[in-house]
Amino acid sequence: MRIVEKSQLMSASEIDRTIQRLAHEIVEKSGGTKHLALIGVRRRGVPLAQRIAKAMRGIDGVEVPVGTLDITLYRDDLSKVASHAVLQSSDISFGVDNMDLVLVDDVLYTGRTIRAAMNGLFDLGRPKRVSLCVLIDRGHREMPIEAQYVGRSVQTSDTEIVEVRLREIDSEERVVLVDRVEP
Amino acid sequence: MLFRTVRDLAGNSISDDVTYRFRDLLALEPLSADELTFLLDQSKLFQEIQRHPLKKLATLRGKTVTLAFFENSTRTRISFSTAASRLGADTMNLQAEASSLKKGESLLDTVYTLNAMKPDCLVMRHAASGAADFVARNLDIPVINAGDGTHEHPSQGLLDALTIRDRRGSIDNLKVTILGDIQHSRVARSNIHLLGKFGGQFTLCGPAMWVPRELEKIGPPGCVIRRVSRIEDGLEDADVILVLRVQTERMYEPTLSAEEYILLYQLNAERLRLANPNALILHPGPMNRGVEISPDVADGPQSCVLEQVTNGIAVRMALLFLLMSGATEGGENVLADEASGAPNASPEKKESTHAD
Repeated sequence: MRIVEKSQLMSASEIDRTIQRLAHEIVEKSGGTKHLALIGVRRRGVPLAQRIAKAMRGIDGVEVPVGTLDITLYRDDLSKVASHAVLQSSDISFGVDNMDLVLVDDVLYTGRTIRAAMNGLFDLGRPKRVSLCVLIDRGHREMPIEAQYVGRSVQTSDTEIVEVRLREIDSEERVVLVDRVEP
Repeated sequence: MLFRTVRDLAGNSISDDVTYRFRDLLALEPLSADELTFLLDQSKLFQEIQRHPLKKLATLRGKTVTLAFFENSTRTRISFSTAASRLGADTMNLQAEASSLKKGESLLDTVYTLNAMKPDCLVMRHAASGAADFVARNLDIPVINAGDGTHEHPSQGLLDALTIRDRRGSIDNLKVTILGDIQHSRVARSNIHLLGKFGGQFTLCGPAMWVPRELEKIGPPGCVIRRVSRIEDGLEDADVILVLRVQTERMYEPTLSAEEYILLYQLNAERLRLANPNALILHPGPMNRGVEISPDVADGPQSCVLEQVTNGIAVRMALLFLLMSGATEGGENVLADEASGAPNASPEKKESTHAD
């Protein structure tokens, strides 16, 4: 199976501008950032959440805490993806009770990751509100889940994969649409 | 032996981390330092869950763990049982007294019978060394050794190491003194096989018939093990003191009387001063207070016994998770084939509907 790049969806500067916009949208819609917190969903949601928090600091010095959430224990398909299910740590140092949480992830696809993430959050307490911010919404939902903050919506087919590459994890910075092709 | 590395959907390795490559956990002896570190790191992640308000996950929901304890145990059995429940799994319990072993059923038949009820994992303790390996060779499901004779008690070794690592920051180059009946101690052996791979040096101290010369050679290559018969000589410079229980149920001949043992080998405050000032005291439990350990030392600040118990749950949750989540599907029985295998070149890629 080969991976073939079909097109670039976002360049590095587009990613950056989108993050700035998302940060502004979240601050605007939240109506007060006192109980606001970002939760980055591992893996790539984490650097995105950190960047959004940093962008928020640029808006009137708003300080929003960032937590990380590993959803491995809450997945519904553990035995099928076991070869790449590596348990990593979750780290939410603030309590979630009564907080206005924004889950941050790179791509919203079937919605199962976010379903798992919500289970994880509710194991920790009772948030006041949970909303979702994603860089890319690629459709094909299998759960009744939607994002309140979307960087970009993209039409995709089932065989295609949207790969968000971020400099903190990958050695480059762009969003590409790839396809799996028989060699 | 298949060695799975972690790969993303495109088949690119996304992690240099070692993953656990066996279907079972039968012993610590065959594991490398990297694999042991991986197991400790995974266990650490499960410590966090013990602090959640809701300690129950649905990760292993619908899976069954069979606890086959052919030798008595309360703490280890409850620990595994709690670990399984917290991961959402169900447990099936076999207890030695109430079992058909009394009617003369062989170990293999007992295990086949249990297996016919289709559990997803077997946790077993047995009085015969090698029993867990024997059973693992005859079953298709993961087997966790919860203690086999005098051979090993792998989860205990792991939880001891985790406790030490949490308190000291590392498990490297430790000077470990083991006190008591080491000849019959699977806990001592598991600890030597683990800590010995991180530069640990061991002083084995106890009555001569419990510390035979052969024990000096049981560690990994390069591991220094010495024997002493006086506790005063054994404690000097120790970073970790592992106190073993005087196991009256294992003694077939009279050895020392309790009074003699206390006089010669009890770890008390005065003797503790001979060790390093922050030496850690570990005990696999249950303690005979006032026999192998004095009450004030057992309850003192250097004693780690309660942390060991808490860490036991975390370690066992990690083991059940790793072996039962499907992550080692296709792995080989660790002791069945010691021939080294080439790294698995093209692991089966499974579909995932999760974005990452």
